[in-house]
Amino acid sequence: MSQPEVYSLAQTPITSHAFNGDRSQVAVSLSSKDVQIFERQGHDWQPTETLSEHDKIITSIDWAPNTNRIVTSSQDRNAYVWQQTVDPQTGSTIWKPTLVLLRINRAATYVKWSPNEDKFAVASGARAIAICSFDPEGDWWVSRLLKKPIRSTVLSVDWHPNNVLLAAGSADMKARVFSAYIKDVDKRPAASVWGEKLPFNTICGEYSSPSGGWVHTVGFSPSGDILAFASHDSTINIVYPGGPAIYTIKSNTLPLVTLTWTTEETIVAAGHDCQPYVFSGNESGWQLAGTLDDTNAAKSSGGNRAGYGGASPVGRLNSAAFNTFRNADSRGMGSSPGQSAGSGESELFTVHQNTITSVRPYDGAPGAVSRVSTSGVDGKLVVWDVNSVSPVQTLTAKMGGLHLK
Amino acid sequence: MSNTLRPYLAAVRSTLTAALTLEDFASQIVERHNKPEVEVGTSKEVLLNPLMISRNENEKVLIEPSINSIRLSIKIKQADEIERILCHKFTRFMMQRAENFVVLRRKPVKGYDISFLITNNHTNTMLKHKIVDFIIQFMEEVDKEISEMKLSLNARARVVAESYLLAFSS
Repeated sequence: MSQPEVYSLAQTPITSHAFNGDRSQVAVSLSSKDVQIFERQGHDWQPTETLSEHDKIITSIDWAPNTNRIVTSSQDRNAYVWQQTVDPQTGSTIWKPTLVLLRINRAATYVKWSPNEDKFAVASGARAIAICSFDPEGDWWVSRLLKKPIRSTVLSVDWHPNNVLLAAGSADMKARVFSAYIKDVDKRPAASVWGEKLPFNTICGEYSSPSGGWVHTVGFSPSGDILAFASHDSTINIVYPGGPAIYTIKSNTLPLVTLTWTTEETIVAAGHDCQPYVFSGNESGWQLAGTLDDTNAAKSSGGNRAGYGGASPVGRLNSAAFNTFRNADSRGMGSSPGQSAGSGESELFTVHQNTITSVRPYDGAPGAVSRVSTSGVDGKLVVWDVNSVSPVQTLTAKMGGLHLK
Repeated sequence: MSNTLRPYLAAVRSTLTAALTLEDFASQIVERHNKPEVEVGTSKEVLLNPLMISRNENEKVLIEPSINSIRLSIKIKQADEIERILCHKFTRFMMQRAENFVVLRRKPVKGYDISFLITNNHTNTMLKHKIVDFIIQFMEEVDKEISEMKLSLNARARVVAESYLLAFSS
């Protein structure tokens, strides 16, 4: 089983990350107003450039692999498209920002290029999604707003492979599928399971999260015929619009906040539990297949795993057992292997030490992704092999000592 | 440790762990603002149901989660008048220095003695399980602290009374 590649880019949270087409560079926002571009040098990532134009925290980044453009969104209500141009004075290539006329008056929360890279969608707190396309006459990006039934902040969007349909998950506990058809840009889309005639702002589907949680993330399957969304009630839902089937997987872990499809039958999703989970299934049913983070295997930082390291070998067992019982008694803390039970220990047994905020395909064509990358609040960027799935150590097993009597 | 403390703290711990699933969330009411939604309460859909965990009528914890912040309020055990005074002085002392405690709120929620406000900035910069540990440790220590203060107060009162009454005994 191959080990994940772990890169510690910063001590601060990574709010979003996006690789370029050949994966030699990565754009991240380190919970600040600037975008940092890192370049791969051997086994390391070196910061090369800083893109600063926003004046509030950046919420999302997306890098179009073919046209090599970066789009960033921020809580200052703006989005910028960055393009590499030659500086006429110095002759060096620089990233030049182009303002996008978003026409939203609240924070932009999420941004995503369409598959053809001629449009992008910006989700916002103004209860709207801006669909932006390039206007060559004005030399800027103009937007049309999807507004109609959205009643709260949109938390994430995802494009259908046909470049027209858009899925959105929002804090009003609904996942929706819209048509983002723009006459000048798009050809008339072929009929799909989502509908036949698709003028702008057609609602092709509206799905509630089963127990009323904010829909953190949405994703179309590689074919576009299946929609998955994960919500704050710790469920992941897979929607087959053709048949009226919605599969809900309730998990006993903390909520998932990000997901990506690796094949037509597998999803990798991650969130507050600090490890990426793999879900697999097909039209007849879905289940949790396992986790990519083998928490039982020894890691490079193995020394820290043992805990209670400082005690002498003679009294060690004694005091470890003593501490465990004392913790269970006085602090309501179970002797859980997955949690930090020791008094001085602060490391979790997962690779990520804090919430994973973004998971993206890293290697492989859509529909046959072999590796995914994750970034999280702990400032780590990790590349996982999606085929090395290990069985999940469930939270109930981990917290066995915590059952209320 | 008594029998009821363990499930009480275990319940607080697991509730807090589940509630501390916060994310950045800019205000959808005010432009370019980012405030703890549990405090402003202007967007109903991003607030979750508050949860109260009580050990008995004198000791309870109220946890109010939302999308980017949680508020945790503790009612500390106060058995008699002295404990009530000590508890008031003790919490006041800390809340006046709330900046140094980072997650402490300057005023308690009505009906409680002390409140904490944990936002997504705190969970970003600190380890989540350490915040939980801190709260649990605080809950343990505060009872101990107050009963210790009460004991030393009583002891001191006894010494004072003895030396005062010594004057009349001869």
